[in-house]
Amino acid sequence: MTDAIDLLLNTSLWAAVLRIATPLIFGVLGALLCERSGVLNLGIEGIMTMGAMSGWLAVYLGAPLLVGLLVAAICGALLGALHATLTVPLGLSQHVSGLGITLFASALAYYLYRLIVEVGDLPPTIEPFEPLNIPFLTDIPVLGPILFAQAFPTYLALFAVIAMAYVLTRTPLGLAIRMTGENAHAVDAQGLYPTHIRFGAVVVGSALMAIGGAFLTTTAFNSFFPGMVQGRGWICIALVVFASWRPGKALIGALLFAFFDAYQLRLQTTTEGVPYQLFLMAPYVLSITALVLVARKAEVPASLMTPYRRGER
Amino acid sequence: MKLTTTRRQLIVGAAATLALPAYVRRANAQSVPRIAAVHMSPVENAWNSRVHIALQEAAASGLIEYEFSEGVAPTDYPRAMREYAESGADIIWGESYALEREAREVAADYPETSFLMGSSGGPAGDNFGVFGTRTHEAAYLAGMLAGTMSETNVFGSVGGYPIPEVNSLINAYRSGVSEVNPDATFLNGFIGAWFDPARAQEAAIAQIDAGADILFGERIGTADAAQARGVKAIGSLIDYTPRYPGTVFANAIWNYGPTIEAIVADVLAGNPTGRSYTEYSFMAYGGNELIYVDDEVPSEAIPAMSAKQAAIQSGEWDVPLDESEPA
Repeated sequence: MTDAIDLLLNTSLWAAVLRIATPLIFGVLGALLCERSGVLNLGIEGIMTMGAMSGWLAVYLGAPLLVGLLVAAICGALLGALHATLTVPLGLSQHVSGLGITLFASALAYYLYRLIVEVGDLPPTIEPFEPLNIPFLTDIPVLGPILFAQAFPTYLALFAVIAMAYVLTRTPLGLAIRMTGENAHAVDAQGLYPTHIRFGAVVVGSALMAIGGAFLTTTAFNSFFPGMVQGRGWICIALVVFASWRPGKALIGALLFAFFDAYQLRLQTTTEGVPYQLFLMAPYVLSITALVLVARKAEVPASLMTPYRRGER
Repeated sequence: MKLTTTRRQLIVGAAATLALPAYVRRANAQSVPRIAAVHMSPVENAWNSRVHIALQEAAASGLIEYEFSEGVAPTDYPRAMREYAESGADIIWGESYALEREAREVAADYPETSFLMGSSGGPAGDNFGVFGTRTHEAAYLAGMLAGTMSETNVFGSVGGYPIPEVNSLINAYRSGVSEVNPDATFLNGFIGAWFDPARAQEAAIAQIDAGADILFGERIGTADAAQARGVKAIGSLIDYTPRYPGTVFANAIWNYGPTIEAIVADVLAGNPTGRSYTEYSFMAYGGNELIYVDDEVPSEAIPAMSAKQAAIQSGEWDVPLDESEPA
């Protein structure tokens, strides 16, 4: 038992929490932006896979790492545009379209990878993002190794949380996005275009998801495997609910999930008889609990999954 | 003599001409068996890659003809098996872990075709053969080399899921370590995924934090953490040393060639193939081997390991097969 508590005081645990959380932060912000505008994006798992592949591939073909992230974002945006076309102007089922995008994007990512890359028994590698080890700040006891020895995309993720929170709550654009998610007819009455706003939100949200996927192949690891996103996208969808559609809470949710993961990996090594499946369940249990509580407060964007057709009541 | 052709002769002649390729194919098939493999995952995934490469080599040497499908989902799997059986493949290779009953049903419908399946169950009928992955012997020897290399006496391992074929490798590695280092302590982590290198890496970092300085990497990602933290790692199934030079000093390699040769011999001789081919993964048949970097292991550890290897190869001594979940 003391072992389990000692683990919590280990700075390496908390550094791991931030690393594990990074792809989730991007994913959950992307999903949140889509849903705040009224569109559920279940394409996330496939978009993250495509981001992981395209970001890696760009670097493998000689692009700098930052360009890799940009390429991933563009590929994500294109898939987002496809989802948006199907669900916003055409008003098709968001579930069906989203799952379709996931199947399509996962398969397309692997197909392109196979076309372009020669693979033996081990996939080729790139030089990934290294931890920055910011001078002086890294030497601060405890906080230094946790906060200031991360790789660039982790800081980008934290910045994205602040930017998203600011845009959504402090700008006219954010107000328009939130309003479209609540009542698209009211947006139209204001002289704004709900379809344009939704389209834009889905495209930008999908780009964020893809950057989350690219983190896996350009920072956490240096090769691509077809199934390597491993359900992180679905976790993000659950975390959006847990966060009751707020960026700040989304960050907390992602960190909490990452904490469970980092902690259980350590508990497995020190404590006998801890079934790892219990910990894998934890974030889902949390999300369901949160949903039960949230449902009473009705914080769900009111027109989430309701397509907007002008003049239709 | 005037050559006349009746309509009936014409039809028979045309049909025979059209059917000719089929006869030719059948005649060929008798000399070179056609193997169709149905891979559940992409063929570059570690376990499948060993089989895929061995089948490709066998085809290149003229022993077999090889064709394959990859990334076949379990729900599609029996259909893919049937299609190959219908198309006249002599041997259908596959992995039936997720569909033991369905795979046996397919085999029962095609008694002329041999099936060779990676399976947790036993063989069935005259044509449903099974094999297991057995590299525990090489893992044991890798453990013997690693046993004296640790400064902390803490030995880690990262696995996918706690299934028998993973457990037996980790347990054998541990017994190998214990044989030369009775004071050794062990850590283990399962990541709950086959391909999540980021996670495997985090699991390995957790063990390095807990003092481990030798890691058995059943999953890819383990050696990345070892490399980043400057400790040593052992590879499983494939040769990881070229990818992680200076970090991975030994690999417990799985060779699938002997298994292919065995079933091809059975098919050509007309023997029933409904038996277990697991033994051909054993060291005595060359089915698994230890490869290691000479300069990176203590020279005094090698003689004891080599003696053990000789004992295993001659059948004098067997590495115990322990499939229980490592704690």
